[in-house]
Amino acid sequence: MLTISTGNNAVAAAVREAGTGVVAAYPITPQTEIVEQIANFVTKGSMKASYIPVESEHSAMAACIGASITGIRTFTATSSHGLLYMNEMVNWAAAARLPIVMANVNRALGPGWNVWAEHTDSLQARDTGWLQVYVATVQEAYDATLMAFRIAEDRRVYLPVMVNLDGFTLSHITQQLEDVKIGDFIPPLVLDHKIDPAHPGGYGCMTSSVDYVRIRSDIERSMRDSVEVIRETEAEFAKRFGRSYSWTDDYRCEDAEVLILSMGTLGKEAEVAIDILRSEGVKAGSMRVRWIRPFPNLDLGDRELVVIDRNYSFGFGGILAGSIRAKTGKTCYNVIAGLGGQEVTYHDIASFVRNRKIGTEEWFGVKI
Amino acid sequence: MKNIRVLTLMPTVPDTEYIHKCTSACAGCSSDLILRHVLKAAGPDTVLVVPACCTSVLQGVYPNTSFGIPVYNVAFASAAAVASGMAAAFEELGKNTNVIAYAGDGGTVDIGIQALSGALERGTNFLYICYDNEAYGNTGMQRSGSTPLGARTTTTPGGKPHQKKDLDRIIAAHHLPYMATSCSAYPQDIVRKVEKALSIKGPKFLHILAPCPPGWRYDTAKTIEVGKLAVRSGMWAMYEREYDTLTLSGQTKAAMMKPAPLEEYLKIQGRFSGLKPDTIAEIRQSMERNLRLLKKEAEGTC
Ligand SMILES: Cc1ncc(C[n+]2csc(CCOP(=O)(O)OP(=O)(O)O)c2C)c(N)n1
Ligand code: SF4
Ligand SMILES: [Mg+2]
Repeated sequence: MLTISTGNNAVAAAVREAGTGVVAAYPITPQTEIVEQIANFVTKGSMKASYIPVESEHSAMAACIGASITGIRTFTATSSHGLLYMNEMVNWAAAARLPIVMANVNRALGPGWNVWAEHTDSLQARDTGWLQVYVATVQEAYDATLMAFRIAEDRRVYLPVMVNLDGFTLSHITQQLEDVKIGDFIPPLVLDHKIDPAHPGGYGCMTSSVDYVRIRSDIERSMRDSVEVIRETEAEFAKRFGRSYSWTDDYRCEDAEVLILSMGTLGKEAEVAIDILRSEGVKAGSMRVRWIRPFPNLDLGDRELVVIDRNYSFGFGGILAGSIRAKTGKTCYNVIAGLGGQEVTYHDIASFVRNRKIGTEEWFGVKI
Repeated sequence: MKNIRVLTLMPTVPDTEYIHKCTSACAGCSSDLILRHVLKAAGPDTVLVVPACCTSVLQGVYPNTSFGIPVYNVAFASAAAVASGMAAAFEELGKNTNVIAYAGDGGTVDIGIQALSGALERGTNFLYICYDNEAYGNTGMQRSGSTPLGARTTTTPGGKPHQKKDLDRIIAAHHLPYMATSCSAYPQDIVRKVEKALSIKGPKFLHILAPCPPGWRYDTAKTIEVGKLAVRSGMWAMYEREYDTLTLSGQTKAAMMKPAPLEEYLKIQGRFSGLKPDTIAEIRQSMERNLRLLKKEAEGTC
C-alpha cells in the first residue's frame, strides 16, 4: 500500500512487519519516535512482541543479547551518545553471533550538544563485527530494515546488522512509502547456538588463545560470506517487491570522469549536483556508498574522486576517504562536510567538484 | 556414597549435582558451595546469567565446563539487563525456564546496580543472586562498595575507610514480592530460599554472604566456621522479605538473643588485622543499628 511516512516510522513499520519478538530500547533524539511507535504498536496489539523499556542503552543491547540468544527475533534503535554508551554490548552482540537488528539514527557527538546528522557515531562502531548499511530515503529505510533481519539471521552470517539513517534529514522528513506484505521473505529464525537447558554448557566462558583466534576468524569468515547473502537478499527483494538495491547507489556513473562518493542523505543531494554539473558539461556521477561493513569492492576505474565525509577520525582523516584509499589505493579530494547537521546544499556539492584538488583534504566552511 | 551422607545430614537438599568436581575455584571457596546448592534447588530447567566475576573463571575453559546447566557469560555491568531480555523472550516463547543471574558484589552494588534497579523496577520475572565476598575477587581483591569498614583489600591496604553499602535496603526500596539474605554456611537455608523464590512470579533477590579464604585471609578449612561466625555475631543478618513483611531467620533470631563475640569474627580474618579500637566500635555500632532496625521491622514496630 502506498502511504506517506517519516524515516523513523518507516523503520518501526518494518520492525513490526518482520515479526520481531522482543524490542528493548531507550529514547534518544532523533531516534525516539521509532521506539515510541513500537511501544504504541505493542500496546495497541498490532504487534505481538515484548517491549522492554530499559533504563539505559547499555541495558538495551544487553537485553537484546539475552533475548536473542533464546532464538527470538530482536530489535533495538539508538543514536549518537546512546550508541557510544552501549558500545561494550555492541561488541558483545557481534562476538556472541547474535542476529540483532539495530537502527541507528545518525547524530553528532557532544560536547557541544548537537542533535543533528553526522556519521561519526556509527562509524566508531565499524570494527565491532556488525554489518552496517546507510540509507537515504524513507522507502530505503523500510526496505533495508526488512532485509537486515533476513541477512543477520542467515546461518552463513549470524551477525548483527545496523541500519543507519540520518538524523532529521531522514528520520523526521516525510516521503512516500510503499509497504509490503512480508510473507515468507524472512524465514523463521533458527539459531543453531541458542541457549537451551537441554544443552548445558558455558556460553562465552574463558577461552584459550587458540580457540579465541579460531572464533574471531570465524566472524571474519561470516563477514565475507555475508557478501553473497546480501547479494541474494537484495536480488530476492527486488524480485518479490520490485525495488533494487546494491552496494552503492549509482547515478550517472557510466561515462563519468569524476565521481562524488558519499553516504546517507548527502548522496541524494549529490544527484542534483550531478545534474547541474552535467548541464555545465562536466562528466560527473554520484556513487552513494550503502554498505560500509562488509566494505564493498568499488569499481572506480581511473576516474577522479571527490569523497564527502560526514564524519571525522581525528589524526587520520575522513573515514570513507581513508577506507577507499586503503581498499583501492586511490587518492581523492576529501571534503569534510555536514558535521553536526551543517547545511550542505547541492550547489555546495557541485562546487566541491569544480574546485577539487585531488590528494588534499578540506573542511567545508572552515579553514584548518 | 558421599550423597548418602549428605542426604542423611540434609534431607531437604536435592541430591542431583549440577556442578562437577574440579572447578577452578580456590580451595575453600564458598561461592562455589552456594552455587552448588542454588542449582540443586533450581533444577535442570534453568539458565544462569553470569557477569564478569569469580564465577566466570571457575567454570573452566572453553569448550569444557564444570557446570551442568547452560551458563550465559555476559559483560560486567549487564547481568540483570541480559536476564531481563532472556526472561521476556522465554515468556514470549511460552517457556518456563528459570532465569537466574548469579553475580558478585562488585557486579551488583557497584557497576551493575543501575541495570539491576531497572530490571527490578520493570517487574522482570527472574531471580537475581548476589554472592557477596565483599571485594573484587576476580581481579585480585580490590575493595568494592560491599567491602566492610576496616577491611584491608589491595586498594585499601590500610583498611577501608568507608562503610559497606546497604544493598538490601536499596533492593527493599523496590518492594519486591520476595527477597532474602542467606550465608554459604547454611546450605539448607539457601535451598529453601531459592525454592521459595522460584515459586514466585516476578523479580526476586537473594543476597548471600560468601566468605573467601584468599580475600578474607583465613585458613581454607574455616570457610563454614567463618560464615557461621558472621551470622552468630550478628555481622550478617539472615531474613526474608515478602513485599514489605520482614521475617527473621532462626539463626539471626538466635544471634540477636545470644550473640557470639564480634571480636571472634574479626580476629579469625587477616583482612581485619590491626583494626583500631575506634574502628571496631564503629563496626559494632553499625551492626547493632542494623539488627535493631531489622528487629523492629520484624516486630512491626517501626
Ligand atoms: C567494564 C568492566 N570493568 C572492569 C572489569 C574487570 N573486572 C572483572 S571481574 C571484576 C570484579 C568482580 O568483582 P565481584 O563482582 O565482586 O565478583 P567476584 O570476582 O568477587 O566474584 C572486575 C573489576 C570488567 N570485566 N569489565
Ligand atoms: S577469590 Fe574467593 S570467591 Fe573467588 S574463587 Fe577464590 S575463594 Fe572463591
Ligand atoms: Mg566480590
